[in-house]
Amino acid sequence: MTAMTSSAATPRDYSLIGRDAQRAVENGLAAAEWYHTDIPRKQMKELMQRSDQPAIRDTIIWLAAFAVSAAGGIWFWGSWWCVPFFFAYGTLYGSSTDSRWHECGHGTAFRTQWMNDAVYQLACFMIMRNPVTWRWSHTRHHTDTVIVGRDPEIAVMRPPDLLRVVLNFFGVLDAWHAMVDMVRNAAGVIGAAEKTFIPEQEQPKAIRVARIWLAIYLTTIALALYMHSWLPLMLIGLPRLYGAWHHVLTGLLQHGGLADNVTDHRLNSRTVLMNPVSRFIYWNMNYHVEHHMFPMVPYHALPKLHELIKHDLPAPTPSILAGYREMIPAFLRQLRNEDYFLKRALPPTARPYRDDLHGDTPMAAAAE
Amino acid sequence: MSDWVEACAADDIDEEDVMRFDHAGRTFAIYRSPDDEYFATDGLCTHEKVHLADGLVMDDIIECPKHNGRFNYKTGAARGAPVCVNLKTYPVKVDAGKVLIQIG
Repeated sequence: MTAMTSSAATPRDYSLIGRDAQRAVENGLAAAEWYHTDIPRKQMKELMQRSDQPAIRDTIIWLAAFAVSAAGGIWFWGSWWCVPFFFAYGTLYGSSTDSRWHECGHGTAFRTQWMNDAVYQLACFMIMRNPVTWRWSHTRHHTDTVIVGRDPEIAVMRPPDLLRVVLNFFGVLDAWHAMVDMVRNAAGVIGAAEKTFIPEQEQPKAIRVARIWLAIYLTTIALALYMHSWLPLMLIGLPRLYGAWHHVLTGLLQHGGLADNVTDHRLNSRTVLMNPVSRFIYWNMNYHVEHHMFPMVPYHALPKLHELIKHDLPAPTPSILAGYREMIPAFLRQLRNEDYFLKRALPPTARPYRDDLHGDTPMAAAAE
Repeated sequence: MSDWVEACAADDIDEEDVMRFDHAGRTFAIYRSPDDEYFATDGLCTHEKVHLADGLVMDDIIECPKHNGRFNYKTGAARGAPVCVNLKTYPVKVDAGKVLIQIG
């Protein structure tokens, strides 16, 4: 790992309709050609193959865990015994849905498309991401990963807003913004930034979903008032707050502290080895370089893909803890110098980073 | 008058697979379906100009490798987000073990 600074002279403008959005287009960073490790077609085909079986198995376990934890929380409601059940329920609701939304949005979890769609809609509701808006924003994220002014899903911008990061471990700001967006969309308004990535013909769908969701939340609140109890909200809505911690814990590692404005996922994404429970919750998105390089490979094939191409990738970060040990100091450095980032070292077997592709980006700058 | 152009040998493509064919500055995708029929479309996804030949063929669907946009490669019909614009298709025939496409 090498510490680097970029040559950017002015603060970054993350607006999708701002100065850096225009600059990214002018510099050829928008919808650019990205680096890929060479994989023979036969092997790639095998890796891309879809199967319902792994996701059906995982989804049965997932839904059963929801049912058991919700039942325990309801049964023990009013005593401290409900806490571990709601902890599990909240983590499923506010964290595991992040990966289910993501994988089913790619259409890779199941071979059968309606199954992808069903889990996608359910997970989107729980994670509070409009299924139309976020399908398109994530498309842009894959086209222009961590390109300033183009990528709408940059979790930690520079300089980092660490208060925002901490609050999001409890879902506070994300849920607030999601609610504001939902009410705005339900009122029939699509924002200017949203219009940059949602095609016009898709925008009415985003409005329709927002109206349905708003009705569900209003019904839940009415039920809570009628019952004089927080319980309905503990089951719908609030778990997005008290259960968000795991998806933020893992999600920050995806790109945090790494390069921006480059066209090589080895530079701006991080693969982290994780425990089996986190991998179940996260559906193997810890193999994040691999996922970005080959987004059509299903989650259950990512470990195999990792083995196949690891000779060409930076060594994986060995644990969540190790990831935070490198990322937090990088965030702190970026408070003083937003151009600072971590450059991941490649093994001798890898094809080197192409400085010619990153000529006016951080890659061309001198090490700090 | 449209010409028939030899794209590849029929055996060059596995069943339920696709291969790229470039001709006269244009790029095409040639498909072999699970029931051993051949089809051809424009080679680039209508969403963001990615080569479909790097994607996955499942039954009568080609899935783009970049954003998983799907098309019916027999008709060119876009099958959901993020693709909204249909693919152009081309007539195909197999003659003496060669796959020929009619480029308009």
